[in-house]
Amino acid sequence: MPLLGEQIAPRFDLAVEVLIAEGEAGGAVAGEPRIVLLPAASADALCALILKEGIGMVVCGAIEENHFQYLSWKKIRVTDRVIGPWRPALERALAGRLQPGEILREKPRGGSS
Amino acid sequence: MKQSGWRLPDILAILNGVPHGVALLDRDARLLGMNHALEALTGYPAAQVEGLAADAVLCSHLSHKNPLYRQAMEGGGPVAAEGDLIGASRKKIPVRLTVSALGNGAAADGGLVMVVEDLSLFRALEKERSGGLEAKGIIGHSPQLRKVLDFVPVLAHTDATVLITGETGTGKDLLAEAIHHASGRAAYPFVKVNCGALPENLLESELFGHARGAFTGAHADKPGMFRLAQGGTLFLTEIGDLPLPLQVKLLTVLDDRAFYPLGSSKRVQVDVRVVTGTHRNLKELVAQGRFRQDLYFRLNVLTVHLPPLREREGDAAFLADHFLQQFASGLRKTITGFSAKAMARLAAYAYPGNVRELRNIVEYAVSVCRGSEITPENLPEYVAKAPPASRPAAGQPPAAPVPAAGVEPSMEGPAGEANWQGAEKRLIMETLLRCKGNRGEAARALGWGRSTLWRKMKQHGIG
Repeated sequence: MPLLGEQIAPRFDLAVEVLIAEGEAGGAVAGEPRIVLLPAASADALCALILKEGIGMVVCGAIEENHFQYLSWKKIRVTDRVIGPWRPALERALAGRLQPGEILREKPRGGSS
Repeated sequence: MKQSGWRLPDILAILNGVPHGVALLDRDARLLGMNHALEALTGYPAAQVEGLAADAVLCSHLSHKNPLYRQAMEGGGPVAAEGDLIGASRKKIPVRLTVSALGNGAAADGGLVMVVEDLSLFRALEKERSGGLEAKGIIGHSPQLRKVLDFVPVLAHTDATVLITGETGTGKDLLAEAIHHASGRAAYPFVKVNCGALPENLLESELFGHARGAFTGAHADKPGMFRLAQGGTLFLTEIGDLPLPLQVKLLTVLDDRAFYPLGSSKRVQVDVRVVTGTHRNLKELVAQGRFRQDLYFRLNVLTVHLPPLREREGDAAFLADHFLQQFASGLRKTITGFSAKAMARLAAYAYPGNVRELRNIVEYAVSVCRGSEITPENLPEYVAKAPPASRPAAGQPPAAPVPAAGVEPSMEGPAGEANWQGAEKRLIMETLLRCKGNRGEAARALGWGRSTLWRKMKQHGIG
């Protein structure tokens, strides 16, 4: 999950922070998610990291078609165009309820994003 | 917005008629609403993204890295920048973002309005216009040419002076233009000055301009090519022919980036990249005392040599086919190609006039060809009858073409253009004689329109 602060990064290719989490069978987060910092924003480097880490699912904001296709071809499920904070997105993704283009709002509404 | 009495839905209804994406943002750059065009660009329905940070919805390179909103908020005036966003179709769309503050004061108290212009069409047109090197007319697959073309991006990404050397007709002008269009100066003018075409005084005025009254006939100020090329590239072709006094002035301009126009005491500062070209050996000119050594060193920062056509393996045939398509389509003829014999003749010819000469030869051949294939008979006599031995070895200067029997020497000069002009004139006259002066019949025989024949007759001073 490429991040920009507490939010899912609006752009896959511009993200320098990536959250990596592991899910359990019931949909819960296994252990503490970790954040990896990239030396520079690069969609190719991010794809390489995803493959290297053996990631099975990517949740991101806007992603270019070629990177989306590449990850899909590598059998990685990509849920893109997701807007919102990463925690509820992660929960929904692990529960299998997150849809592409889904907009998740802060709780309570109107807080800083 | 409230002060003016307008309600947000009314404003959005108006904005829906705007062909660009428009969004209204609050003071924290959160979306209050956006029009249909922006919905289409981002792929998010306006109702769902209301209250969200514009950055998150826009997925733009600009809003991500450039704090445009803050700049507009603090500065009050509109702030614009070009970048890209990734749309609903996962395509990168080039956009121009303009953010303006709403409100009366310097600081925006009424929020922001953001206009997102889709520049895809402009970019496509620009690409088409500027094109690649092939669109610029630099065509060829030979390793000798590819080596030069591979160097173009390097030449384009520096502001250093470039010296392009090569025989006449090798494409020095095209290469200079290609370097300009590939450089950061592409949006500014590309100005070409032939240093060998004008006498010294006129050339100085042409290059550096003059003040009113500087000399007899100087009725008004003239900016000069250096100033006209401001921000862009000045291509000084035939730099080897630049008179010595002007060489000093050019050297000063290259060093100081400033000069005094003729008859003016006002110093003019310029930001111009200079690219030079010559078919002469500048080193030899320096040895002969005809070219200043210091200017030679100044110009010789980046040198690129365009190989003559006879040294470009396989390019003559490739270019001949290219020009054949071009002229056949222009003259609406269905010529499929060259016969094996005609191609062998073309391949054996030395091309002292290089690509320019080849182009003229093919134009001639296409003009006179009445069949579906160019045969040796359709080629100008000096090509058709040139012995293969006339082709010099690589690196050797070409010998002047041997005049063919029965051809007037005045029509057969060493330069390709002179050959072509003479040959064309002769062709027209012979056809007119054959057709007993009937221009309509002659035009038909030549495969030209009557107006083309008339224009060419006028050009050659016939009739």
